[in-house]
Amino acid sequence: MSAPALVCRGLTKRFPGVVALDGVDFCARGGEVHALMGENGAGKSTLIKALTGVHPRDAGEAEVDGRPVHPRSPREAEAAGISTVYQEVNLIPDLSVAENICLGRQRTRFGFIRWGDARARARSALARLGLELDVDRTLSECSIAVQQLVAIARATDIDARVLILDEPTSSLDAGEVAQLFTVVRRLRDQGLAIVFVSHFLDQVYALADRITVLRNGRLVGEFPVAELPRLQLVAHMMGRSVDEVEALRHRERPAAAPGEPLLSTHGLARRHAVLPLDLELRRGEVLGLGGLLGSGRTEVARLLFGLDRADAGETRLEGRKVEFHSPADAMRAGLALTPEDRKTQAILPNLTVRENLVVALQARRGLWKQIPRAEQDRLVADFTRALGIKTSGPEQLIRNLSGGNQQKVILARWLATEPRLLILDEPTRGIDVGAQADIERLLAKLRDQGLAIVFICADTAELSRNSQRIAVLRDHAKVAELTGADVNEQAVMRAIAREAAA
Amino acid sequence: MIVDLIVWPTLAALLWVNRRRPLLWPLLALALLLLFNRVFTPGFFVLEIRDGRLYGTLVDVLNQGSKVMLLALGMTLVIATGGVDLSVGATMAIAGAVMARLADVSVPVALGGGLGVALLAGAWNGLLVSAFRIQPIIATLILMVAGRGVAQLVTDGQIINFEQPALVYLGNGALLGLPFTLALVLGMFVLTALLVRRTALGLFIEAIGDNETAARFTGLPARPVKFLVYVFAGLCAGLAGLVAASNIKSADANHIGLYLELDAILTVVVGGTALTGGRFQLAGSLVGALLIQTLGTTLYARNVGADVATVPKAIVILAVCLLQSPVLRAKLAGLRRRPPAAATKEGTV
Repeated sequence: MSAPALVCRGLTKRFPGVVALDGVDFCARGGEVHALMGENGAGKSTLIKALTGVHPRDAGEAEVDGRPVHPRSPREAEAAGISTVYQEVNLIPDLSVAENICLGRQRTRFGFIRWGDARARARSALARLGLELDVDRTLSECSIAVQQLVAIARATDIDARVLILDEPTSSLDAGEVAQLFTVVRRLRDQGLAIVFVSHFLDQVYALADRITVLRNGRLVGEFPVAELPRLQLVAHMMGRSVDEVEALRHRERPAAAPGEPLLSTHGLARRHAVLPLDLELRRGEVLGLGGLLGSGRTEVARLLFGLDRADAGETRLEGRKVEFHSPADAMRAGLALTPEDRKTQAILPNLTVRENLVVALQARRGLWKQIPRAEQDRLVADFTRALGIKTSGPEQLIRNLSGGNQQKVILARWLATEPRLLILDEPTRGIDVGAQADIERLLAKLRDQGLAIVFICADTAELSRNSQRIAVLRDHAKVAELTGADVNEQAVMRAIAREAAA
Repeated sequence: MIVDLIVWPTLAALLWVNRRRPLLWPLLALALLLLFNRVFTPGFFVLEIRDGRLYGTLVDVLNQGSKVMLLALGMTLVIATGGVDLSVGATMAIAGAVMARLADVSVPVALGGGLGVALLAGAWNGLLVSAFRIQPIIATLILMVAGRGVAQLVTDGQIINFEQPALVYLGNGALLGLPFTLALVLGMFVLTALLVRRTALGLFIEAIGDNETAARFTGLPARPVKFLVYVFAGLCAGLAGLVAASNIKSADANHIGLYLELDAILTVVVGGTALTGGRFQLAGSLVGALLIQTLGTTLYARNVGADVATVPKAIVILAVCLLQSPVLRAKLAGLRRRPPAAATKEGTV
């Protein structure tokens, strides 16, 4: 193992009311992939933001190759050798690949940009990652995975010593993840120190050499991957003992006791989105919707919830034909949907936890019947306790909560409307194991209370763990429906693959 | 002096109540400006009672500022949804023209006609923005450009004078010794505040302005609400237009409300509502309007020519906006906190 490329000592960052980072030491060596692990709110994002100059740190120091660095902006951090690729691709979709890689760094002649030079530079940056791409293509035409790789090419085009990858795989499928990992390993072998943040344990164990665990803003420890069994890692992250975690993992899935049918679709379809679909949703049952990214899972959810209009087929609610022209229609019928993309589709970032929580119920009650403040406060108090939402109070802005807590507020928003059918589109994406376990427990509880639940999830293990029945989608059509003993990971995989082979 | 006994305690109380609220900065600027005038502008605080009515510079400020205050109420809600309404000045002209045109028919018809056409103008904007989803700045630019032409058509290119006492009273009359326009502004403010805070409209507007996609996913009627705020802005502009026409007892299609849409936008921003939408400050907008009007009157009282008065005005507005800028405030807070941070740093080494 070579010399440390990035060393931090005693990094501290306080926000009003919280110490987000409390004297954290962190060290990433050249030629290693170093995973940074922790639950949401553990301080990973804050650590990264302190390193990349997004947040000025309150105390502590950082060095790159022995030189102290004190970046005040991401640009200064880049100049000091720390490059970052974020979860959401931070590039400009309407520009070409070459423009995106060289943007802001173009060499000029007489004040004019030398495009030939820029293209050549982009090509060589991609070649360093072992990629060949048409650099004149518009970025938005490339897949998310390729965009992610372009972002990495941009990040490593300058003399980066440390490359931070913040949740780079959360919107990629398995093949794309493999491609990304090839590139990351290549960069590691070129001597870069790579800091890898991910919630996917499989990926961490496949890629990382070393793991640093944070909890509640403090350093738990640094471990070589080989010496840290998964259970132990999860236990470190949650601050519980290995036995407790073990007990959580082996929760029993009670035998399905399907209730009466609530909602059914017959040949429901929408051009370019969903091929004719028959589904039956029953009370007291979790129906899993499985399939690869882009197989039409989200489109089905949008159709059910009235966000898109069907152009064929029908929906029946308790036998009566219904048509939802808008989410408001669907809500009146007792439907609820937590959308796939929390940030852009769910949270109202600059409003308070209270406002975010009551907004759906208020929408259902209408403009004139304002929910009395006392009732609002009671709702917030009840749900904060019931779902274990960590906030400094009902008037905290939701954007200052961690992802897992935001997701719980969104769940509470919908539970407050007392729905009969709850559609959860990727409710556990990008949140930590603790919050994930909480949400899975909640799912089971709601099911037992008689709710019909549609659970959309890309992780086949999680899907089969939580569903009583699974509909597998591929290319916008239902290709299998698994029940009883067939509800397991292998069967889901087989259902996806069978059609793929055909 | 009795005026001091009213003004300063009121300001101090307002400042104290708002010490942790966004309203602090515009209020503080207003207080400083008044203090400046108290010391350096003789006669600024002089009030006298003639024919049972108060006269004086402070009263002028309230009376003159009423039009922008009315506009600001509607503009605040529009801006909170993430939009903007450039047409309010032109709408004022149309409303004034219709009122003058109908003045001879009867007073209720004249008032109803003026407000009705303003509501129509607002509905037109609302339709373009919510149903056809045209960007608000473009959608309302259409009426801003065309509106004065429409007003000219209404008046046949003439300046129509009117003398009906009720119509003249609207912009010049007194109620309990104070300008009637003040009562109008207060009435509209209370009405608006009740509308947004005693119904869910305020929450809906802020949700839509903060994240429209999320608001839609939550089942909020985003388009009807947007339509409604433009109609409301039209109504406010109509009232302001009637007041403006009444002020000069005639409809001057070329000059009524000219550039007032810009003052209204400025006022809302100075009052602490962000142009990006979301949280809005209704009271802030009123204070912003008072600040801008006081500034204008101050410059006039100090004999600064109207041609160059825009420069000091811009400087004060810039100062208030900078004070509200999160970036600048973080920097200032950083300056204050830097020394202890350095100490801890050495401590940990």
